[in-house]
Amino acid sequence: MKQTPLRTIHEEAGARLVPFGGWNMPLQYRPILEEARKVRAEVGLFDLCHMGRFEVQGPDAEAFLQRCLTNDISKIKPGFIRYALLCKEDGGVLDDVLVYHAADQEDRYFVVVNASNTEKDWNWLQEHRSGFDCELRDRTAELAMIALQGRHSAKVLQEISELDLGTLGYYKWAPAKVLGFDAEISRTGYTGEDGFEIYFPVEKAEETWKALVDKGSPFGLWPIGLGARDTLRLEAGMSLYGHELTEDINPLEAGLQWAVRLKTDFIGRDALQKIKEEGPKRKLVGLRIEGKRVPRQGYPVLAGEEMVGEVASGTYSPTLEGNIATAFVPSDLDESREDLSVQIRNSRAKARVSPLPFYKKDYEI
Amino acid sequence: MAPADRKYLKSHEWAKKNDDGTISVGITDVAVEHLSDLVFLDLPEVGKQVEKEQPFGEIESVKAVSELLAPVSGEVVQVHEDLADNLDLLSNSPYEDGWMIRIKPSDETEWEGLLSAEDYDKIAHEE
Repeated sequence: MKQTPLRTIHEEAGARLVPFGGWNMPLQYRPILEEARKVRAEVGLFDLCHMGRFEVQGPDAEAFLQRCLTNDISKIKPGFIRYALLCKEDGGVLDDVLVYHAADQEDRYFVVVNASNTEKDWNWLQEHRSGFDCELRDRTAELAMIALQGRHSAKVLQEISELDLGTLGYYKWAPAKVLGFDAEISRTGYTGEDGFEIYFPVEKAEETWKALVDKGSPFGLWPIGLGARDTLRLEAGMSLYGHELTEDINPLEAGLQWAVRLKTDFIGRDALQKIKEEGPKRKLVGLRIEGKRVPRQGYPVLAGEEMVGEVASGTYSPTLEGNIATAFVPSDLDESREDLSVQIRNSRAKARVSPLPFYKKDYEI
Repeated sequence: MAPADRKYLKSHEWAKKNDDGTISVGITDVAVEHLSDLVFLDLPEVGKQVEKEQPFGEIESVKAVSELLAPVSGEVVQVHEDLADNLDLLSNSPYEDGWMIRIKPSDETEWEGLLSAEDYDKIAHEE
């Protein structure tokens, strides 16, 4: 199992470490619900060194990514970031990724992928690189990645960064000096809050983490584990690979048509074009569920007595103070039905469809 | 350290003999800490027959569901009815206020097969 460069710090902080995507990562430092509330109310610090990070550089970097990814890569201006999907020929999703176009080098891109898919993605990209004049580098091991998330993120990060964060818009990134060394900062995240992800040499991981904990303490900062991260992303209606996305789910079913540009020529385009014309068979909906029992992946969704789908992700939401889930149901299911329920082992809990996302932040960045 | 006045299963349930011959059952502080963020508890009705190391209920946290296993076979003679609505009792007092059920044992020899506090601690802290 791979170890994050921050392992010792996490152990000293009393974190519970668990295997995740081939890495030994902090699940929680404190109760998960307290950690989730902390990020909603103030600010949290996340170790994301497990995320896969690839660099693509060369004259054909744009064309290569355009071929492999569903979004229109040519529309990503330098310094901007976009969400995209890596699909198979049949339109099934191999991974969901963020694509960063370098501000300072027109021919350089950075792609952040899920930890559990890093090797699969790498092999897929290598297989499809022939004929494109560009280099593909795996920078996961040499770069650290940490995130600050929450309404006080900018104030905390500004304390150790020379970049004026007021000038960095949502889904933009820029090179920046952090504690005097070279780093790259993006205004992105997976919580539904304002926040930043920071990429820098792995040797500086402990120093940077400690500085952020120190500078963040007046703002209430806590380190936050993957348990709360999952709760926060689900409240914010963001997909998690293995739940809302798999190789057997296409982006149109998963509600991600906004990240699919059928005018570009990418792997899986023809299949997705056909699915679009015929109409996807399933759709992803949000559910709010009564009772105390937590809905979990795979639990059946019923309309009346008929099983119509299954839960993709579920959690207790500390922000909504109730149980929430995402579920795949037939495209023609009437969302106003009042006889929906989720089978939670030996009991049934009443459910109703709720718009995604469940949570939207109430402040501007 | 687990209290020495009772016995244990390696699946983190404790069992304590009462003066009237019944056996109180709960879960250890290690279990409570490991589960974290408790949201739901399902206990049996009085009168239910339980079997040693078979489920008598379920406990659920934000991230997981765990079965509760009976340390001994017998009949459930009392249930801590208020516990499901006061899961904090499990965090604050897992060995006293957090008791779950009382069992009237049907086979007295099962008691000897349970783990001592010392043996339980060894197992619990290896995990």
